[in-house]
Amino acid sequence: MAEHKRKLMQGNIACVQGAIYAGMRFFAGYPITPSTEVAEGSARELPKIGGRFIQMEDEIASIAAVIAASVTGKKSMTATSGPGFSLMLENIGYAYITETPCVIVNVQRGGPSTGLPTKVSQSDTMQARWGTHGDYTAIAVAPSSVGDTITETIRAFNLAERFRTPVTILLDEVIGHMREMVTLPEPGQYPILDRVKPTVPPDKFEPFAMTANLVSPMPAYGEGYRYNVTGLTHDTMGFATNRADEIWPKLDKLKNKIEHYTDEIAKLRVEMMDDAEIAYISYGTVARTSLQAASIARTAGVKVGSIQLYTIWPFPDKQLLELCARCKKVIVGELNMGQIVHEVKRVLPRDIEVHTVQRYDGEILTPLQLLKKLEEVM
Amino acid sequence: MGKLLDKIEIPQDRYEVRLSGSGGQGMILAAVILGEAIGGGDGRNVVQSQSYGPEARGGASKSDVVISSNEIYYPKAMKLDMLLAMTQESMDKYYEDLKEGGTLIIDSTLVTHVPTENYYGLPFTRLAREEAGHVMVANVIALAAIGAITGVVSREALTESVLSRAPRGTEEKNRKAVEIGWREGLKLKK
Repeated sequence: MAEHKRKLMQGNIACVQGAIYAGMRFFAGYPITPSTEVAEGSARELPKIGGRFIQMEDEIASIAAVIAASVTGKKSMTATSGPGFSLMLENIGYAYITETPCVIVNVQRGGPSTGLPTKVSQSDTMQARWGTHGDYTAIAVAPSSVGDTITETIRAFNLAERFRTPVTILLDEVIGHMREMVTLPEPGQYPILDRVKPTVPPDKFEPFAMTANLVSPMPAYGEGYRYNVTGLTHDTMGFATNRADEIWPKLDKLKNKIEHYTDEIAKLRVEMMDDAEIAYISYGTVARTSLQAASIARTAGVKVGSIQLYTIWPFPDKQLLELCARCKKVIVGELNMGQIVHEVKRVLPRDIEVHTVQRYDGEILTPLQLLKKLEEVM
Repeated sequence: MGKLLDKIEIPQDRYEVRLSGSGGQGMILAAVILGEAIGGGDGRNVVQSQSYGPEARGGASKSDVVISSNEIYYPKAMKLDMLLAMTQESMDKYYEDLKEGGTLIIDSTLVTHVPTENYYGLPFTRLAREEAGHVMVANVIALAAIGAITGVVSREALTESVLSRAPRGTEEKNRKAVEIGWREGLKLKK
């Protein structure tokens, strides 16, 4: 079919294509570089398939509309960059506590504040985990190519639906704006998950019921199931509570419904690690620099490999520990002043040296920078 | 173990192009057109990336196109096989990224100082204004000259790609721009 021909596609547009494949039918957003093409692409594509696009007055309203649309049963997404992500965070917390599936795309640029609108960064990695206040567990994924952006966006929607939670896609300016040859997936090529709906009659419905997997069935507004949606900590009926025996289970649910499934959510790309004594650890754009540097270093006989984190949150502790078991040293490359490196240090035993290469001038790490560090630590 | 950097081999499976100029000259669009022409043609992998400032006009603008039959890891250029400089500023800024023996192509309308004898100079901006009828197609003339000089893209694939991106009503100007660029490029190649 002609439309599934290989074509040159921009990362931000690949995100739209992945979202639509996953079932996105609503997008609300406010344009901001370098994420604007996600909104433009959604505005172009959604009306063709009976979906809706709204340009809102700001980012706060955008995420509010996305949450509301999801409560009515539509798979919903917004896209922004650092300044907009900061504005959205209060309402993202509302999505956590109301357990509303939605996808937030953050095409990262340099910060803080207005920062570097057209320049790349990975400085929102921790913000995606801890940005909104309170106790909760976050899911965030990080693609590193245009092709990845399609599949990781599909995965983000599936995770959001399955766990009834917001999922953040951490793109960055380089991937968002770069173009690569990709083939759009055929229908049926990737599984699509939808939220589980209640099967009990409406009068027996308990909107935040404790189930075996801790994910409560979620009806769409208008289907006959009435329930209260509030940002106040609530009981299983959705009403505000101050009772310790209801607060504990609710907050544990937000955490455990995700953390019990960390192994399933974890996704890593592991290259040249079979005999590796040194590992590059990275994510997003930098993963490509790491692969390049590792493959170049191999030409000189250095036993170095690359571990790429597609799932950033929840952090894949167990997987990283296993993969690094035979390593003596790791090098963590990031486009920030050091964020994920602290997770790596937390996970790895003390006898593995953890080195870092950081860059935050709006450009990506080059293979030469990673090779110089390798030479230094060897 | 001795110095690692002296022992490594830089991968030879990549062809790296940079189109550079100032914002508004259409360097990013030209790179997209080139990427589409190459990637759509013979199944090679292509990564097109860019760097630009917050201004809509002016400011340095560059776009890299990396071409390979293998998976492209690092998405930007490491050592350029070909550099197009449409302004003196971009010439001065990016010349050092060109590999030894790499191809340098400049717009001789706007670039007056070139630090080497070994380059191809064509007045893309003047040709666009005087022969093609609009200064805006200077980027397409340059692309066609690149194709003729380097062989990185076929004339047919480039023409198809240019026309698929040309706004309605500008097809003839763009077709002419490819003709002019290809013709002038071939002249220089001899």
